[in-house]
Amino acid sequence: MTPTRKRRLIAVALILGAVGIATALTVTALSQNMTYLFSPSETLAGHAPPGASFKLGGVVLEHSIQRDPNSLKVDFVVTDRFKQVPVEYTGILPDLFREGQSVIATGKMQGDRFVAREVLAKHDETYMPKEVADAIAKAKATQGTPAPR
Amino acid sequence: MNPLVLWFHKLGSPPYFYRLAGRFQPWLYALALITGAVGLYGGLFIAPADYQQGDSFRMIYVHVPCAWMSLFVYVFMAANAFVALVWRIKLSETLAMASAPIGAAFTFITLVTGSLWGKPMWGTWWTWDARLTSELVLLFLYLGVIGLYHAIEDTRQAARAAAFLALIGVVNLPIVHYSVVWWNTLHQAQTVSLMGQSKISSSMLWPLLTMAFATHVYFFASLLARSRAALLALESGKDWVREIALRESAQEARAHG
Repeated sequence: MTPTRKRRLIAVALILGAVGIATALTVTALSQNMTYLFSPSETLAGHAPPGASFKLGGVVLEHSIQRDPNSLKVDFVVTDRFKQVPVEYTGILPDLFREGQSVIATGKMQGDRFVAREVLAKHDETYMPKEVADAIAKAKATQGTPAPR
Repeated sequence: MNPLVLWFHKLGSPPYFYRLAGRFQPWLYALALITGAVGLYGGLFIAPADYQQGDSFRMIYVHVPCAWMSLFVYVFMAANAFVALVWRIKLSETLAMASAPIGAAFTFITLVTGSLWGKPMWGTWWTWDARLTSELVLLFLYLGVIGLYHAIEDTRQAARAAAFLALIGVVNLPIVHYSVVWWNTLHQAQTVSLMGQSKISSSMLWPLLTMAFATHVYFFASLLARSRAALLALESGKDWVREIALRESAQEARAHG
């Protein structure tokens, strides 16, 4: 390798290394502050900003959805399987919203209730045909053991 | 000299690359078209509907291959940018600059299809979560590279400046890829993995892999076409380009009688 090319190679490598380290530090710093959502346990423990708007994430508790027949108002409970937070929301819910589904609600606490402005459904990374999902549910019900994923 | 090294040196010469690329280009376009048609038909008609999302999940067959390509093209561009900066090979500059618009297009399609899927499924067109934001930054990086390249008059200087920007932007790639692991995001985690088990049924997976193959082939076909045109412009004063121009104009004259 000629000296010129070697010099260029070293220069490029040094600059890339410096930028890489700077980015790694920024990302680490951001990871500590950058919270997209708070779980019900964190919310009840007072980690969420009081009086301000934040995102509450968790699973919709089974048999907790109550729809108001005269309006778009919906009441449900979000849980992380340790603590529970009652949520109320008025508006159209996404297709994937259902019991046992992960949701992310944006809004603020009013007393002990979370009043949501927006409810988003979080989808997991599993894709399968309906027949397979039914078969797994059936196997779970008959054997009482969790089916392999 | 080692025959492989010799071939590599030959490949770096614009007239040789121009001829070789011209021979491959139609075949690559044909292959991309056929596999793309098979993949799309398999994805949109043959694959079964998802147990939760129904037919909406079929967006995966466009969204995911394009998202993979948005990262792959960037890696390709940055690798060529690196060679261009250190060894000053003209062909590497051309390849890096020719891949930027294709990568930008793939990134744009990823963002648009993701947004179209996000509205019915998540309930929102857009949210500032780590995956979506870093993919948007990737689009801006591509646009920055394209913009910088066109802002400087001298083509070779412009290519080197833009190559430098492309190389710096590499730090964004691990952020895009690992954003769903490092942070709590609305975007779901990775479904298909090279190592370990994929969380998708095989009846749904094969059209996805076919589409991934088709987009890769399309990228190379489009890259060859773009870089051939760029080489002609870059070397317009050289003998080999003049020869091609004379031959083409003679054919044109004959065709018009």
